[in-house]
Amino acid sequence: MKTKTVKRRAAAPRRIGKYWQLRLYVMDETPRSEAAFANLKKFCETHLKGCYRIKVIDLLKQPQLAKGDQILAIPTVVRQLPRPVRTIIGNLSNIEHLLVGLDLRPAA
Amino acid sequence: MKNSGHKSISTITMLPKCPTGIQGLDEITGGGLPRGRTTLICGGAGCGKTLLAVEFLVRGAVQFHEPGVLMAFEETEKELVANVASLGFDLEGLVRRKKIVVDYVHVERSEIQESGEYDLEGLFVRLGHAIDSIGAKRVVLDTLEVLFASLPNEVILRSELRRLFRWLKDKGVTAVITAERGRELLTRHGLEEYVSDCVILLDHRVNDQIATRHLRVVKYRGALHGTNEFPFLIGDEGISVLPITSLSLNHKVSAERIATGISRLDAMLGGKGFFRGSSILLTGTAGTGKTIFAANFAQAAARRGERVLFFSFEESPDQIIRNMHSIGLRLEPLVKRGLLRFHSARPSLYGLEMHLATMFKEIATFKPQVVIIDPITSLMGSGTDSEGKGMVTRLIDFLKAGQVTSLFTSLTQGGHALQQSEAAMSSLMDSWLLLQDFDGNGERNRVLYVLKARGMAHSNQIREFLISDRGVDLVDAYIGPSGVLTGSARAAQGALEKAAGLSSQQEAARRKRELERKREAIERQISGLRSDYESETMELRRIDEQVGTSTLMLTSERTASGILRQADAKVPVHARSRARNGKVNS
Repeated sequence: MKTKTVKRRAAAPRRIGKYWQLRLYVMDETPRSEAAFANLKKFCETHLKGCYRIKVIDLLKQPQLAKGDQILAIPTVVRQLPRPVRTIIGNLSNIEHLLVGLDLRPAA
Repeated sequence: MKNSGHKSISTITMLPKCPTGIQGLDEITGGGLPRGRTTLICGGAGCGKTLLAVEFLVRGAVQFHEPGVLMAFEETEKELVANVASLGFDLEGLVRRKKIVVDYVHVERSEIQESGEYDLEGLFVRLGHAIDSIGAKRVVLDTLEVLFASLPNEVILRSELRRLFRWLKDKGVTAVITAERGRELLTRHGLEEYVSDCVILLDHRVNDQIATRHLRVVKYRGALHGTNEFPFLIGDEGISVLPITSLSLNHKVSAERIATGISRLDAMLGGKGFFRGSSILLTGTAGTGKTIFAANFAQAAARRGERVLFFSFEESPDQIIRNMHSIGLRLEPLVKRGLLRFHSARPSLYGLEMHLATMFKEIATFKPQVVIIDPITSLMGSGTDSEGKGMVTRLIDFLKAGQVTSLFTSLTQGGHALQQSEAAMSSLMDSWLLLQDFDGNGERNRVLYVLKARGMAHSNQIREFLISDRGVDLVDAYIGPSGVLTGSARAAQGALEKAAGLSSQQEAARRKRELERKREAIERQISGLRSDYESETMELRRIDEQVGTSTLMLTSERTASGILRQADAKVPVHARSRARNGKVNS
């Protein structure tokens, strides 16, 4: 069971005002998975510094978890908090799309 | 509807088949879907794609002990369970007993944001997990096309689908995917290009406001299959595909004869009636007594203790029973004894296929020896001509296979040549009776002919078909120089003949009396003459005596005087006889 939990609580910028809980679904430790995790972490550090939590789920080891969050594509990030649930698929290389997907910026 | 023709196909082919258990489909495909491969089921909305796929899974789990996975993209598990419950499938129970896994995949475009590259490994994982959890042999994906609407990147999707089908094959599962029918392609998104093994096309057509579903195996790599369009229907026991013609004509036949209920008609048919298991067509224009004939036939059979199933497409059972009561046919007791059963339905209630399936089911449960369909024409009217004929063919096949005697009544339109209008159907029938109206003298009368009766001597005579309150009967129609006479004309002709006979009898009697009288008169005359003659004779005798006396006296006088004068001359004799003759002749 491979679950990485990265906590960044200190010096949270108050302007976000919310606690963010993200889940990253990956499949095995492939370069794509690693890239997705790296991209997500970098993004969170930039935009959600201090008030986010990322849970990485490897479906190779826990395939039964795919059903719960309706996972089809790999990698997928699911924003569980704040509500509503949002889903972003891909290796998260496109920051603009990620911002829109996580509701941090309205869609252009 | 097992068919030996199809069995031989399946033994020739080497491709392993996965039986669907769906009635008729395995016959068409020669044993089922290609095992370990993917089959595409495409068709428009509401033509039964999902049901077919689910039935494949359910029957697989129940009949063939092959667990299955249903991955649903459109309907939730709850909805699916409710939907197939109407077909008698206990999906929920099968899920509980781990025979089937239902995985509802929810994808909503508005909830998904794309960022960078991805693949559909998540789908593979889910499917793989579901398959492995119960050891599934069958997989249904219903319907993958939802992904085209939900996932933004079609390039990735297509390459992933290609990988998915490859993966399914590698897994060794028999998969069924459903897809919506496209405008030009078989499917809207061209899924058929990934599935090259077996493609089944479903279709739902409306003809004259009546919808019929059709199934066609478009492609079946490596196997012989029925290429025709086969009607199918969704009943309360799932889907049944009905091969439009049975391939073989090898019914067993019976030499037993059964009476028609009209002894004169039996006499017309070689004295014994129809063959058991034969098909009888009874045609006639409106009001010629077809239903009455049919009811009479039914009553006769039921009274022999046979079970009779009466399909009525125009009248309700109560109405038939009431109407037949008026001519002295008491059907009600037979219904109560369970020998006669009615099945009434409007022809337009559903399509021909549904009617046929219902009839098959009724026949299979009631197991009748005699089946009556009244009238077949209104049923045939609810489909196209070829559909109608196909249906009658299948019905007759089915009945003959079970040695059930069938009577079809058929309403012919006025104005047509009767024989012509039934040409399509009559060739399928063993016997054909024709009821016809004869009008003249201001009245209509019914007559009956036997047009054909295969395998038996039959009368070529026309008979008048009489309906009275004591039932039906046949009487000889009058055939004479003035043509065929029926009804009151026949009666009048009979009376006329009787009168003529009577008058000639009277004439003879009269002449006899006259001659008698003449003879009597003559006799009277003779006796008068005789008495005259006798009186004359008496007279003559008297005269003779007188003459004798006088002669004697004269002689004696003469003698005396001769003696006195001494004379010797004699009196001549001829002078006496001449005098007597002249007296008689006057």
